[in-house]
Amino acid sequence: MNIIVCVKRVPDSESRIVLGGDGRSIDTQGIKYVLNPYDEYAVEEALRLKEGAGAGSVTVMTLGGEESKETLRTALAMGADQAVLLKGHPSSDGLGTAEKLAAAIKEREYDVVLFGKQAIDDDNLQVPAMVAELLQLPCATVVVAVKIDGNKVTAEREVEGGHEIVEFELPGVIAAQKGLNEPRYPSLKGIMAAKKKPLEEVDVGDAEERLDFIELMNPPERAAGEIVGEGPDAVPELVRRLREKAKAL
Amino acid sequence: MSVLAFAEQRGGALRQAALETMTAGRALADGSGVELVAVLLGPPALADEAERLARYGADRVLLAMSDNLAEYAPEAYTELLARAVEERGAKALVFSASARGKDLAPRVAARLGAGLASDVTELAVEDGRVVAVRPIYAGKLVSKVGFKADPALLSVRPRAYAAVENPRPGEVEEMTPQVDPEGLRTNVRMEAGEKRDRPDVAEAEIVVAGGRGMQGPENWKLLEELADALGPGAALGASRAVVDADWRPHAEQVGQTGKVVSPPLYFAIGISGAIQHLAGMRTAKCIVAVNKDAEAPVFKVADYGIVGDLFEVVPRLTEEIRKLRSEG
Repeated sequence: MNIIVCVKRVPDSESRIVLGGDGRSIDTQGIKYVLNPYDEYAVEEALRLKEGAGAGSVTVMTLGGEESKETLRTALAMGADQAVLLKGHPSSDGLGTAEKLAAAIKEREYDVVLFGKQAIDDDNLQVPAMVAELLQLPCATVVVAVKIDGNKVTAEREVEGGHEIVEFELPGVIAAQKGLNEPRYPSLKGIMAAKKKPLEEVDVGDAEERLDFIELMNPPERAAGEIVGEGPDAVPELVRRLREKAKAL
Repeated sequence: MSVLAFAEQRGGALRQAALETMTAGRALADGSGVELVAVLLGPPALADEAERLARYGADRVLLAMSDNLAEYAPEAYTELLARAVEERGAKALVFSASARGKDLAPRVAARLGAGLASDVTELAVEDGRVVAVRPIYAGKLVSKVGFKADPALLSVRPRAYAAVENPRPGEVEEMTPQVDPEGLRTNVRMEAGEKRDRPDVAEAEIVVAGGRGMQGPENWKLLEELADALGPGAALGASRAVVDADWRPHAEQVGQTGKVVSPPLYFAIGISGAIQHLAGMRTAKCIVAVNKDAEAPVFKVADYGIVGDLFEVVPRLTEEIRKLRSEG
């Protein structure tokens, strides 16, 4: 089974994100960049699918700059066979990025294209379904379980109050939600091997932006709260304030 | 010219999200002086709901009714919505950023070659163009963007806009529900059997969230009792630590690798307040924190805090709320 996994380099979720001096971007100082957490589930699922099939290859792909090689190497260290760096800027909305990825995927052989359900920087949750649409492929997003039987995919996706079952035939697109599996850590051996695995670079240019930047802001500060009191005796006063002041009850 | 709003239904019933989407769509329609057209796709029996969409602000309701549209049919929905946008030269198409909206909106955007702003918390028309405010990095920053061209596609965060009655004529028009059968590749159905009796954490009016201070999954009955006392609009939430420890399902996780929520009332119980958690709940209107550590970061964002042992405070809180509710 041939699998392509699209990944992204993002700031670690524990990072404090601070507005940069230019007011247009984040201050990257002190930020640790990682493989997008949801993409870890996608890479893991790809490895398991290949292992289950007993044959095939896993290709990890990203649209980004030179620094994204580190992210690709992380996925290679987990066990992916080869990597493709599409050199160019991703767009802040999903479609420009999806167009670049779809064009590159189209040139390759694949049965499954895997993604993390969203990148935790832009939080768009757009690219997987857009790539599917551009390539005229079926797709399941926010997937917490997947079964592939021959050509037939049965995926469970998380929706409000339950799960939806999505069925389609390969080739297709699957976007991973947390809980799909337990991603493996790269072993030392894997990390050493990753250095020698093929990493192809292709200049694809910057993705088209369909949205204009207007302003980047810190979230509104919350007014300093008050400690109502200590222990259970403070509860009646809390309830009174919730009802009378906050009108929340 | 018009603004379109997708009226989401599930299992033949209009969702609350559909009514919120009408309010958000109204803001764009009023801002550009055009009609708001609700688009309702579903089984024929659903046609009666057109009246409710009009009551919540739709000038016109566009119906595509077919039994094939009762369940979510991604390709058919995509084709019908893209067709509606093109035929009407729509300025914008608004979705709820619900599970379905987040799956469908990108497909329609790709079909139309249009820009999409996801999970927006504010939208408006400024100098004739659609602008949107949306949290990024799970709310650690907020970005304001403008669309370079129409149609503008947007998905609006649940609870960012309240459903408000705003009666309009709601003239009904039908569109043909037929789609190209070649394009249909996916079969979707709800998993049978599974039914949760509480709302989803992202859509709830009240969230009762627990963290590591709860000490173990067996203690969650305390939070369930509190949620029950608060009423049917209350959902349970959880911090990443307790989800990673398998105390609670991921569907309840609030924060950067879970859900970002904006309920009117949020209880953080035994949650110290990791940066990625605070980002995910700081847009709640009112935050209450209960924690034994007075220095816990959660108190910096909480409107009201009680420092103390949650195993004493929460049962008392449940009792007081029951009392309040029984007084009506």
